[in-house]
Amino acid sequence: MRSTHARFLLLAGAALATPALAGDAPPAHAGERLVQAEPPPFSEGIYPCSSCHKDLPPNAERRELAFHDEQQAIFSHDAQHRWCLDCHDLNNRDVLHLSSGAPVRFEESYLLCGQCHGDKLRDWRLGVHGKRVGRWDGEKTYFLCVNCHNPHAPRFKGVEEVVVAGKKTVAPTQTFLKPEPRPVRPEEQRR
Amino acid sequence: MTVPRLPVLDDGVGRRGQGPADEPAPERARDPGGRAPPRGQEGRRAFLQTAAAGAALAAFSGCGGLDEFFRRHFRELGPEELKAVLARIERRNQERFGRATTVRADGPRPGVEFGYGLDLSRCVGCRRCVYACARENNQSRRHPQIHWIQVLEMDKDHGVDLTHADLYYEADAVPRPGKFYFPVQCQQCRNPPCVKACPTRATWQEQDGIVVVDYDWCIGCRCCMSACPYGARHFNWAQPTLAPEELNPDQHYLGNRPRPKGVVEKCTFCIQRTRRGLYPACLEACPVGARKFGNLLDPESEIRKVMETKRVFVFKEDLATHPKFFYFYAT
Repeated sequence: MRSTHARFLLLAGAALATPALAGDAPPAHAGERLVQAEPPPFSEGIYPCSSCHKDLPPNAERRELAFHDEQQAIFSHDAQHRWCLDCHDLNNRDVLHLSSGAPVRFEESYLLCGQCHGDKLRDWRLGVHGKRVGRWDGEKTYFLCVNCHNPHAPRFKGVEEVVVAGKKTVAPTQTFLKPEPRPVRPEEQRR
Repeated sequence: MTVPRLPVLDDGVGRRGQGPADEPAPERARDPGGRAPPRGQEGRRAFLQTAAAGAALAAFSGCGGLDEFFRRHFRELGPEELKAVLARIERRNQERFGRATTVRADGPRPGVEFGYGLDLSRCVGCRRCVYACARENNQSRRHPQIHWIQVLEMDKDHGVDLTHADLYYEADAVPRPGKFYFPVQCQQCRNPPCVKACPTRATWQEQDGIVVVDYDWCIGCRCCMSACPYGARHFNWAQPTLAPEELNPDQHYLGNRPRPKGVVEKCTFCIQRTRRGLYPACLEACPVGARKFGNLLDPESEIRKVMETKRVFVFKEDLATHPKFFYFYAT
């Protein structure tokens, strides 16, 4: 726990100096190679955010937005206390920010998640929380928080396979999974 | 193929038949069902000879010849013999499925003991693992349907309790309220009761902890099934049904090679994958990341991290089977 915090402090310090963060990706041990899965795709035509926001005056007042219905409609991430600018950056729309104000790229959003969900971040870095595929003794692909949890409504429901940049990855769904068919009962088996 | 002349087992009937003609009474008494005695003693003897030779011929031609019939136990095979055995199975696959397959027999790696972790606080009971396993391991699809993984739905009110478990739950969406899900497969016990029960040593524990079955050695007595407290062993009551296009051609002798009728099979931690360093198929299929796998002897492995940081238990601990399949709660 302490080392995670220390690393965050270090990162925050480094981030102030350099806007491009060196990520706190899971550590690979001897003989292992970790590959990050593609993050799930943004909503159609929404990124880069600055393409619209460069013409809009920054407004830090908490309010109901006239746009972004897709996110507002499902928002349930401590909605009572949080709103857009707790994670999105007011001045640079194309990045997120930590509570310290340090910018975080969208690809490294797990740093942001880990501010509150430190126990999950710790487990995820060890490979205990979340999914990895590939080789138990070598190269493996790990998925990001946002591959399974929609950041605007993070309670896990299900995932679906998607293709991003020609690579297979997963994206969260807002519907629960339907189970595969039940096994055949013994009396239904033809003998 | 040449079949050498085999000694015909003499049941004593024929020799008695050489005696005086007034002795047929005791023989008639031995004849089951009171059927009429055969045409003559010589006729009976000739019949027995032909039947024995015929049966031997059928047995040899059916399972690949004398080499196979008089083969040594898998663990005693030399490299050349093993190569011949694997080639024979590939040939048999070709005949049965009309497809080329690769059958390997990768051995255990030194310094590796496999362990499996399953996070009960994550599993949603979607059964993706069940079908991924069946596809990977060439299980019989229907009649008989064989699943190496059985997902039990249990009540949160009762906890892990087999008297409140439902294998056949149906739902539009999982997890259902008030329920949790408990997948059961071979627990790869350190102290496996199935191995002790096998009369032919057709099943044994490998160095890396995987309990395997030699389908060519199994006589189908099912003693191991009654010995297993987890219901993890399954019997091919009929010729397995598997369409050639669904066959996984990447096979291991002790794992997913197609089984004949009348043998027992079980989860092998995907021996054909894990011995080559890959994760098991059920782990890769799990959409929630509830399944963890790795080397118990490597302190940095995911499974060791699970065991060191989570609340872990084994199923039916009181039976002292010492499973290497660990259930845990991450939250």
